[in-house]
Amino acid sequence: MAQLYFEQLLNGIQLGMFLFLVSAGLTLIFGFMNVINLAHGSLFMIGAYAIALFHGVTNSFLLALILSLPLVALCAWIIEVVIISRLYTRDHLDQVLATFALILFINEGTTILFGRTPMFLDVPPLLSGTISLFGVVSYPLYRVAIIGAGLAVAIFLWIIIAKTRLGMQIRAGTTNRETVEQLGVNISKLNTIIFVVGAMFAGFAGALAGPLTSVEVGMGENLLILCFVCIVIGGIGSIRGALLGAIIVGVVDTMGRAFVPDLLVKFLDPTYASGISAGLSSMSIYLLMVVVLVVKPTGLFPIIRS
Amino acid sequence: MQYTHHTRFLIGCLLALILLPWLFHATDSSYLVSTFTRLIIFAIAAVSLDLLIGYTGLVSFGHAAFLGVGAYTVGILSFHAYEETTFLGLPGTLSGLTAIPLAVLLSALVALIIGALSLRTKGVYFIMITLSFGQMLFFLFVSLEQYGGDDGMMMFDGRNTLPGLDLNDRVEFYYFCLTWFTLFFFFCTRLVRSKFGRTLAAIRQNEDRLSSIGINEYWAKLQIFVIAGIGAGLAGALSANHTEFISPDITHWTRSGDLMIVVILGGMGTLIGPVLGTFLFLLLEEFLPLILHSFGFDLLSEHWRFVFGPILILVVLYAKSGLYGMIFRKGG
Repeated sequence: MAQLYFEQLLNGIQLGMFLFLVSAGLTLIFGFMNVINLAHGSLFMIGAYAIALFHGVTNSFLLALILSLPLVALCAWIIEVVIISRLYTRDHLDQVLATFALILFINEGTTILFGRTPMFLDVPPLLSGTISLFGVVSYPLYRVAIIGAGLAVAIFLWIIIAKTRLGMQIRAGTTNRETVEQLGVNISKLNTIIFVVGAMFAGFAGALAGPLTSVEVGMGENLLILCFVCIVIGGIGSIRGALLGAIIVGVVDTMGRAFVPDLLVKFLDPTYASGISAGLSSMSIYLLMVVVLVVKPTGLFPIIRS
Repeated sequence: MQYTHHTRFLIGCLLALILLPWLFHATDSSYLVSTFTRLIIFAIAAVSLDLLIGYTGLVSFGHAAFLGVGAYTVGILSFHAYEETTFLGLPGTLSGLTAIPLAVLLSALVALIIGALSLRTKGVYFIMITLSFGQMLFFLFVSLEQYGGDDGMMMFDGRNTLPGLDLNDRVEFYYFCLTWFTLFFFFCTRLVRSKFGRTLAAIRQNEDRLSSIGINEYWAKLQIFVIAGIGAGLAGALSANHTEFISPDITHWTRSGDLMIVVILGGMGTLIGPVLGTFLFLLLEEFLPLILHSFGFDLLSEHWRFVFGPILILVVLYAKSGLYGMIFRKGG
């Protein structure tokens, strides 16, 4: 039982890492530019399709990953310059609608290019197999690698934001945009950089997700809504909050799926228990978010704006 | 002056809608009655969302939740009437006199709960919390395996029954929906012009100022949230009757997105706009593939969203007052 518990905990953290990779960009974009970008999940999808496409050509996972990231960056750059940059001064309603429309466009475009049949990717041979963790469980190496990649990105982001000049500008811009602009920082260039970097994290997550799920149209949206829950729980704009929120959501979701059915079977008719428990575990994270928001209406680590 | 302008336009539209079934009958295209019934039902929900987005400035991203509550109330009652079983000890029913009011009542209750919690938050957090409540109800409906789970359920006994009216008749059902639409629409036009309507406008413009002159803005927002929930619940109940099929899809978050789209497309804060937006959106959905096909864009006719997405982006970026603006502002 303890073994199962531990394994599910790891699965939860691994899901959390995916959520963090996508949420990091989402929360930066919101914190700095005050933009809600529903199309952020599309960049996750583009990353997954890119790696599937390049993997077919190069037959190497690493090479495909290296080729995918510039492609995602290019798409993100186009999206930022053509559409998102026009939304900075608009209200949230316009942003929600324009990026919702962008989802329709990107999804349909992907369907035209790749069709409706899902694509599948194999785990790269170097990372296949399992690894024994603490002598307790044997856990897939690829998933361990994902957790490692997530942590690496978290540390990388922390260094950038806390220790570099760019990070200082980002932090200052989040608190007071106008002042930073007055001091001679090129805000629109900074906007583009943040958007593209955030998009690359999402694309990176999508590429990593390729071997774990089927690559299909719409894969970004379900994840996106979970990511919104993460950043709202964490406090929109805060990277620290996004990391914490992502791990909480990942663990609650995974644990819910793993253990709620067993619990419910004890009380309910088994024919209904499976459906209801699936629903309950899906609902649990939204419930969590509502509780957090009712208690702290701006999330756990709200950023301060002047 | 704009007032009379509107009134004439509205009466014209209403007359056209009343005469529509005859026109379709005369041109041998009676199937279109069903299409327009769908438009009218969706328009009720759109108008109700406009009360929140357009008049109060509350961007609710979970409005489809109430469609779901209305539809599932009608569906579950019909299901138990068909199976001759009970729900929490109560028998099912097909009677519209019970089912439809109950659907509306439950929608109001759910809106009261969701509103009471959501309205504690503001701005982007409000958008997200309403989205979350929508998702919660979506997964709740998915989990109801007794009522079809993912796949949803049919109303095997047909539509609700009403004394003196046969809802299973296409044309009679159309007029039934049109009546509800007209009543709700005029209720809303009265509402937004009332003192309460001014309070809502003040909330949209400057919430803090309102609370400082002693008006409880939370209470006003909760009231309008419940009223909007009632509208959407009514639309849900009618929609279940229309399709005789209920599935969790009706509460999918993209449905809430669609509702927001039609409000913006038509012009928010105008009540007429969302109706026009609904008509344009659903007619495009129905006929854009055919139009693209007839121009020889076969690939695009299957993927009409590829064309619709950019159109919508252009509307959001450059034509904020929507269809309403095009029709009314240019002339006056």
